[in-house]
Amino acid sequence: MTTPTIGQSFERMGGRERVTGTQRYAADLSFDRVLHLKLVHLPTARATIRRIHTRRAEETPGVACVLTADDLPQPVPRFGPAFADRPILATGETKFFGEPVAAVAAETKDAAEAAAALVDVEFDELPAVLSVEQSLDPKSPLVQDPSLRPADAGADTNVLRQWTFGWGEPPVSPHLVLEREYRFPMVTHFAIEPHVFVAVPTDTGITIVTPTQHPFVLQRVVAAALGWPLAKVRIVAPDPGGGFGGKGWPKFEPLVAVLALRLGRPVRLVLTLEETFQAARRTSARIRARTAFDRDGHILSQSLFTDFLIGAYADIGVRVVSKASYAACGPYRTPHAQVVARALLSHTTPSTAFRGFGTPQASWAVESQLTEAGRALGIDAIEIRRRNLPRKGEAFIPNDTPADGDWVAALDAAEKALSWKAPLPAHRGRGVALGLKSSSTASASLAIVRLHHDGSVTILSATSDMGQGARTVLAQIAGAELGVTPDRITVVMGDTALVPFDSSTSASRSTVFMGNAVTKACAHIKRQIRTLAAAAFSADESSIEVAAGSVTIGDRDAVSYLDVLHAAWGPPRGEVIGVGEERGGGFRADHPLGGRPEFWEFMCTAVEVEVDRETGMVDVTRLVLASDVGKALNPAQVEAQDEGAAVMGLGHSFMEELLLDSRGRIRNLGALDYRIPTIQDIPRELHSILIENEDGPGPYGAKGAGEGGILGIGAAIGAAVSDVTGVYVRELPMTPERIWRALQQAAPPPPSE
Amino acid sequence: MTPLKVSFRVNERDVEVATVAHRTLLDLLRDELRLTGTKECCAEGECGACTVLMNGEAVCSCLILAVEAEGQNIVTIEGLERGGEPNALQRAFVAAGAVQCGFCIPGMIMSAHHLLLTNPSPTRAQIQEGLAGNLCRCGGYSRIIDAVERAAKVER
Repeated sequence: MTTPTIGQSFERMGGRERVTGTQRYAADLSFDRVLHLKLVHLPTARATIRRIHTRRAEETPGVACVLTADDLPQPVPRFGPAFADRPILATGETKFFGEPVAAVAAETKDAAEAAAALVDVEFDELPAVLSVEQSLDPKSPLVQDPSLRPADAGADTNVLRQWTFGWGEPPVSPHLVLEREYRFPMVTHFAIEPHVFVAVPTDTGITIVTPTQHPFVLQRVVAAALGWPLAKVRIVAPDPGGGFGGKGWPKFEPLVAVLALRLGRPVRLVLTLEETFQAARRTSARIRARTAFDRDGHILSQSLFTDFLIGAYADIGVRVVSKASYAACGPYRTPHAQVVARALLSHTTPSTAFRGFGTPQASWAVESQLTEAGRALGIDAIEIRRRNLPRKGEAFIPNDTPADGDWVAALDAAEKALSWKAPLPAHRGRGVALGLKSSSTASASLAIVRLHHDGSVTILSATSDMGQGARTVLAQIAGAELGVTPDRITVVMGDTALVPFDSSTSASRSTVFMGNAVTKACAHIKRQIRTLAAAAFSADESSIEVAAGSVTIGDRDAVSYLDVLHAAWGPPRGEVIGVGEERGGGFRADHPLGGRPEFWEFMCTAVEVEVDRETGMVDVTRLVLASDVGKALNPAQVEAQDEGAAVMGLGHSFMEELLLDSRGRIRNLGALDYRIPTIQDIPRELHSILIENEDGPGPYGAKGAGEGGILGIGAAIGAAVSDVTGVYVRELPMTPERIWRALQQAAPPPPSE
Repeated sequence: MTPLKVSFRVNERDVEVATVAHRTLLDLLRDELRLTGTKECCAEGECGACTVLMNGEAVCSCLILAVEAEGQNIVTIEGLERGGEPNALQRAFVAAGAVQCGFCIPGMIMSAHHLLLTNPSPTRAQIQEGLAGNLCRCGGYSRIIDAVERAAKVER
């Protein structure tokens, strides 16, 4: 039975603090005796560090320490979530623009900045690997020293990892074969809150304060870098001011930890937005797609060669590439599939998780192919997708999680909402794309729910409330399970000394994994209440029914939890502690991803655009998002996530791209030159549709949401632009210049006299 | 760096603060006065996160030197509450679901507050124009427009 708190758009917990300015983000916290840190980097990507002169910086008043790699244990400790390949400070050679070669700690920000400018580095600039082509060229330098990967046969190349996924036999005589190449740019997360890292030495170890999405990943990585037990490393994670994957994986936490321990004082590093750009980005990609069809538009084969350009260190990039490539063929029946994926090292910003986790890159290619094939075959873009979509329960990747939603319903809903077949004015066109993302595979979420003796509730959860509204949803779940209104529930997050283990806040997993953990913790509380009630009222446990907030014993009138607790405990009081754990399908060593996706995140994106042929400008007149969410526990929050993801995707569709010069420096570093969508760039009309069949593995049939909107937006817009113009732009972003040039090439203007 | 004294009014309170010539109003508000509701993101006047009112005009406090605040009347996000309660605009942002991570929201609300002071009944296009200098990365902006419309109706 759906209870009153579920499916309602409760106001966001923490909303009031955020509108009054009292919400404390990491940079708003103050620390006694804190030292301010400034990083020193070189004006190039790759260089041999010959000598670092620190004396003038050290003599600057207020400077406590100028740290270089020479001051660290040798060899310099390396860290990383997948490979321990990243040094705490650059050692020997810088690998990317912005990699710090020294760090200055001082009493004030001014002193740290002034002294950092006085650190004099002698260096020899070296050629850098900056593109897919350069990374693959055998004549190019190696980004990583092969000794870092002694067991790796490919250590003498820039291919960090390579995978081949696939099934079936190639078709014998396809009616149509399309082969195209697509490019997806480097883009940056641009959370409005720049990154912040604080380390505080304590009597029992060290506390790291940073708005991380994954406190327990950070605890593991910092403990490993220091050689300490987990119990000595406490992570405090204030709610992030936007994460999107960029605040997931460790960056400068080991550095601030080392400095704080060395100096015996808190150390605080607040990155500028420019430095944040240099700290994390999305993986860029070149994707070659060969797709074969029969005459009715059925996909016969998909061959995808996905070359993802990751950065100088692995970060979580390897996982981005393998996970996105594994499911790159999309939500389609594909009798023959071949995906050859490579994670390519380069002298660029380490790429990391970013909303969609590689899938927007793959979808850009696969969905654009479908659009073009439909036109070649004379089949409507919605119809060709409908013909290839599996029905619920049907496997589309052999031996893996089958289609788990009514995906055709989402397509139908978008078709209707956009009035797909209605006539359009001149210069307008439509496009559609589907997005399918593998959700979290093997991972774990634990939750503790405390029922206090006045009936109010505290939830302890390591999920990060980074804007999606996780607190609100977890409170709604516990409220429904225990019959408590959310205003009597507090959700404590972001402190490894207080909350139990959680793998991560990523992959749209929290509503399902943490939501189930909270549900199980509530069930644990109910079991204890049954036992307490049996003892207090001298009844047999089998005669006791524990519902949300009420207890029925035999045929007596229902009593409240409070009645039971008072009867059981009397004046000494106490509390009931429920523990819940969700591990999904668990780890499977034989699965390419280490486990089956717990659910599929599915989104249909349909757009209508107007194109100005004179300028190449595109106006998105209508945008429809239809997502298969199982059950929207808080519909307004789900819609806001879908809308936000889509508008974020307008960025890489139209304007966002980190531009590098030949030395690997980012040319458009900062908000002035790197533009993201503003309030004036949004679609004229935006319509969110939630498909709810309560068929997900989460509480009340929920699935995860929040990434769907960004998966197919680029391809949907590309389809609409080509619907108007007849030209295909296969490189994102589709800037006015790229569209204009494509139009000029397609129909050169008449020669002038 | 010669220390300077700067005196101004902030949130209806007179303050006198020691500063230095190159310090921005943003740093002064956050670091000296501990008014941390005003946020720093781009530090170059492009994102709007640091928006405050100075003599009734919406300004990026990262582009204003602290000494320029001398004798001025500053209002920050902390100065909008009435009787300890969020004002209509602040309430509307929560009610409309316009708040996600919330980091852009103080600046967004200050710009919207300025808009409603100068135009109590803005159209959606005018709201978009008024908030064009405030970046949000979480949302699709439409709920922010809804919030300002909602607040304008309440205020009327």
